[in-house]
Amino acid sequence: MTYLAKSPWIVHYNASSCNGCDIEILAALTPVFDVERFGIINTGNPKHADILLCTGSVNEQNKVPLKNVYDQMPEPKVVIAIGICAATGGIFRECYNVQGGIDKVIPVDVFVPGCAARPESIIDGVVTALGILEKKRAAMLQKGSAEGTKAGETV
Amino acid sequence: MIPAEFQPIVYALVYILVAPLLGGLIAGIDRKVTARMQGRVGPPILQPFYDVGKLFEKENPVVTVTQNFYVLSYLVFMVVAGALFFSGGDMLLVIFAFTLSHIFIVLGAYASYSPYSHVGAERELLQIIAYEPMIIMTAVGMYMVTKSFFVSTIVSSAVPIILYLPGVFIGYLIVLTIKLRKSPFDLSTSHHAHQEIVKGVTTDFAGPNLGKIEIAHWYEYVFLLGVIWLFFAWNPLVAVAAIVVAYFLEILIDNTFSRVKWQLMLRSAWIIAGTLGLVNLGVLYYLGMVVMP
Repeated sequence: MTYLAKSPWIVHYNASSCNGCDIEILAALTPVFDVERFGIINTGNPKHADILLCTGSVNEQNKVPLKNVYDQMPEPKVVIAIGICAATGGIFRECYNVQGGIDKVIPVDVFVPGCAARPESIIDGVVTALGILEKKRAAMLQKGSAEGTKAGETV
Repeated sequence: MIPAEFQPIVYALVYILVAPLLGGLIAGIDRKVTARMQGRVGPPILQPFYDVGKLFEKENPVVTVTQNFYVLSYLVFMVVAGALFFSGGDMLLVIFAFTLSHIFIVLGAYASYSPYSHVGAERELLQIIAYEPMIIMTAVGMYMVTKSFFVSTIVSSAVPIILYLPGVFIGYLIVLTIKLRKSPFDLSTSHHAHQEIVKGVTTDFAGPNLGKIEIAHWYEYVFLLGVIWLFFAWNPLVAVAAIVVAYFLEILIDNTFSRVKWQLMLRSAWIIAGTLGLVNLGVLYYLGMVVMP
């Protein structure tokens, strides 16, 4: 196990969610669930984050900011789409401006179902994402050694 | 026994090797105690080490390459300041290196293009303006009591310095809140999970660069708590107790106060801490010059 899995920092982006899933994400940070005991911190800064928690169906207005947040995160990184809107567009999927799920804009690693997604399943999604994060790190190292660079090197 | 001429070098080396471990441990205990105060379980004690280990596993996306230089300089001068202090060097030189290291982090934040980073840099500058006079007054106060700016002389003095400098000590504790990035004075950046103007000075640092900033903080912790030791140096047991109590108070203040605006921070540091320090120094001067010349 690497340090990555022991200290996953998250950044949360609301892509026009109804706020239901967002409240559940915040619930996971409160003393009841206290995800900080797993080293999880809500950073608010994509450059510090390892995991992007994204809620809501992406629309024309916010697909650029979402892409921007994703691009600013340093590798290795994973994306978790939280709630049914982030997975498929949910009940908003037929709106004229809605793109559909988050995966229409950025690659998604874990889908957490639910409307709204429960804090338990969000934490479960993050734990699943940790395994993917480790795999991405291993792939990054392999790719790096093939290209003659290593992690921690300036890009 | 180590020969006397090598002692400063040995102390400096011990600081360079042990301070990050001790500082990281202090940060971990800090986070645990903070969590317990908020009714949470909290992260493991070793969590700061996991965090920094992870940051060095990430890629290093830099906005401008000069950032790398500034961050490295911040870390190096923080280590130099602490090493000078623990090798018994001149307090004024220590303060000079300490300030210089903070100027480098401000330059690093200004080097990027993010407005959040610039706001953080401005706030960091305000913090430096706020705490600097009090830090210098601490050195001057210790000079007035022990007649030396050298840490080696101050620490071996049999005089209980705290009895001569209670005002300076309280003033130092006030600016310590700024230095440890504790609420209500955590303006430029904070260790908490909340998101004041994204992350202030650290906004545009990621991966290994952020890791270096964290390690510099650990060195800083040990240095700042070392200054508390000087006040109680005549009795090591009392000194350790004072450090523990002072740090616990900082955590308590951190968890009971909300962040203030920069004006109030500057007033607290200059008017309250500054007055306490100046009155204390004035009384010492009067006693030294008039009562017992």
